[in-house]
Amino acid sequence: MSILEIKNLHASVETPEGTKAILKGVDLTIKAGETHAIMGPNGSGKSTLAYAVAGHPKYQITEGEVLLDGEDVLAMSVDERARAGLFLAMQYPVEVPGVTVSNFLRTAKTAIDGEAPALRTWVKDMKGAMADLKMDPVFAERNVNEGFSGGEKKRHEILQMQLLKPSIAILDETDSGLDVDALRVVSEGVNRVKENSEVGIMLITHYTRILQYVKPDFVHVFVNGRIAEQGGPELAERLEAEGYDRFLVGA
Amino acid sequence: MTTTDVKGSENAGDPAANEAVGHAAGAAPVAAQTALDDVETTAAPELEEENLTLPGQEVSAAHAASNRGARKRSFEVSDHEVPKSDVEEWRFTPLRRFAPLFQDVATDDREGDAAVDYQVTVPEGAPEISTLAPGEAPRGTVLVPEDLAAAVASARTAQALHLVAAKNVAYDEPFRVDVTGRGAERRANAHIVLEAKESSSATFVLNHAGSAQYAQNVEIIVGDNAQMTVITLHDWDDDAVHIATHHARVGRDATLKHVAVTLGGSAVRLNSIGEYAATGGEIEKLGLYFSDENQFFENRLFIDHSAPRCTSNVAYKGALQGKNARSVWVGDVLIRKEAEGTNTYELNRNLLLTEGARADSVPNLEIETGEIEGAGHAAATGRFDDEQLFYLRARGIDEIEARRLVVRGFFAEIIQQIDVPEIRERLSASIEGELARSMS
Repeated sequence: MSILEIKNLHASVETPEGTKAILKGVDLTIKAGETHAIMGPNGSGKSTLAYAVAGHPKYQITEGEVLLDGEDVLAMSVDERARAGLFLAMQYPVEVPGVTVSNFLRTAKTAIDGEAPALRTWVKDMKGAMADLKMDPVFAERNVNEGFSGGEKKRHEILQMQLLKPSIAILDETDSGLDVDALRVVSEGVNRVKENSEVGIMLITHYTRILQYVKPDFVHVFVNGRIAEQGGPELAERLEAEGYDRFLVGA
Repeated sequence: MTTTDVKGSENAGDPAANEAVGHAAGAAPVAAQTALDDVETTAAPELEEENLTLPGQEVSAAHAASNRGARKRSFEVSDHEVPKSDVEEWRFTPLRRFAPLFQDVATDDREGDAAVDYQVTVPEGAPEISTLAPGEAPRGTVLVPEDLAAAVASARTAQALHLVAAKNVAYDEPFRVDVTGRGAERRANAHIVLEAKESSSATFVLNHAGSAQYAQNVEIIVGDNAQMTVITLHDWDDDAVHIATHHARVGRDATLKHVAVTLGGSAVRLNSIGEYAATGGEIEKLGLYFSDENQFFENRLFIDHSAPRCTSNVAYKGALQGKNARSVWVGDVLIRKEAEGTNTYELNRNLLLTEGARADSVPNLEIETGEIEGAGHAAATGRFDDEQLFYLRARGIDEIEARRLVVRGFFAEIIQQIDVPEIRERLSASIEGELARSMS
């Protein structure tokens, strides 16, 4: 049973105008099997939270701590965090020319597990997961994210989550820019992983739409670099009706 | 139908690294075109900048003389000037490093101790190895020196190695020439003639190792309907200097695949020319280079579309790492008036793995007829992408493995097209070795 604890996290980024503080004391605990929706207006720092926890070098942690099962995540390199069980589904997945999806997935799986997966079950798992996400088998031989549509990139992210079996997954605006069909496929993929594992999910989103498909246990409103309010699924409904204005006044 | 896809020239990297070039340092690629500036540049500034000329434009005498196909060719050493960096052909080249190769001196062979050792193996049943004196055909029928180093190499080679694939024979095993230099201070000249007779199918591998000051000509004759592959590997020690001219003529309905790989040497410059004897010829020129600290690798290509309905495809990829790692790629394609139905594409991509490296990339396309099928080029130089690295590492892949994946992926397109498994494996291993060096 995994637990991710984010305590009083502060992070900043270097800009041409100087150092800019983005996260201003985030407290959040995600336990195995829970789904936490992080909702907030553009520029509130939601994505920074995702990247700071994953270890993107652009962000400096100035205060606070992140613990995964009691281990100091901030002391780990990016790949160590992933091997410890963290997964980040990116909003803008990166192209890797000349590296096929199947090679990439196998390399990642080997790195996460510390040993190469057994060939027969691996191929079956990969094909099954691709079929679940309605991805054409030829996808496996295409180069990572090269020429993928927006929907294909997001399905590919969820495919990785399904195969790499993280203990904590952060989904950064996985729903943005998807049409309804793609959103349904991606959401079903997330739900499948939830059913089949004890994954804890941080679901970062700008819109309430995905919450019709992926039911959150907790909803956190993220404003100006910290969590401004939290509650159950009913908070999402309230946001749907009222928008973020109520939170922005004081910010 | 005519299509042109022009992306223009590119260079990137540390401008200071260019200082070795002498007074050409920092020159923008377009600056080399100053000789052409008699042309009314205001009329078509974009085309000028992108090194593209199209039929129907006013062409001055100065411009006509600059046609890549009009470059002076001669066997006479005295007809060639010592290269200077204010000439387009040499503007990127560190001339001081190549200086020994501009001297008209004999091969430094000593009693029982050749400057360069040649091991030649031919496939079973192939014609015996022979040699050709200057003027003895087919020597000199295709390659006529374009510069001083080539003229010296030609004049100073009394007997040129001549390897022949016989008519109508397909060879499974490659012809191999292993060239091993015996010392960085020792000068050597060479002229090699590779010939694939009508309807033959053969692969020729030239492998260069050790060290030398090496001026070399490789004359490539592809007979009608033949399928020929030439692979040249420059895997020299760190102190070797090498200037090579490869000149190929491709017969009717014949195919040449020419692969140039440069991984080792202090300074290596290849002038690789391809032309067509008749219609229906195909030339594919592939290249791969990996330049480390203080290494200078230059590839100059010229595809001379002199016959109708021929195709050419050029793809060169290079990676650079370390201080003063340099590469130059200049790809000239000339589509002459008579070359109707031509289809040509050329591509150069460079990957800068570290700071302090510099790649220059200049595609030039000259089109003298509107009746072509297609002509395009692309050149780009990029830095190693931190976002790519983050993406891979966020999937648990450690930094070294992630870099390997990216660089392997970058070169895969070229390596996959090399049909000799042993060379493919060796190249993959060499690239791993280069990467291991940079990441230790």
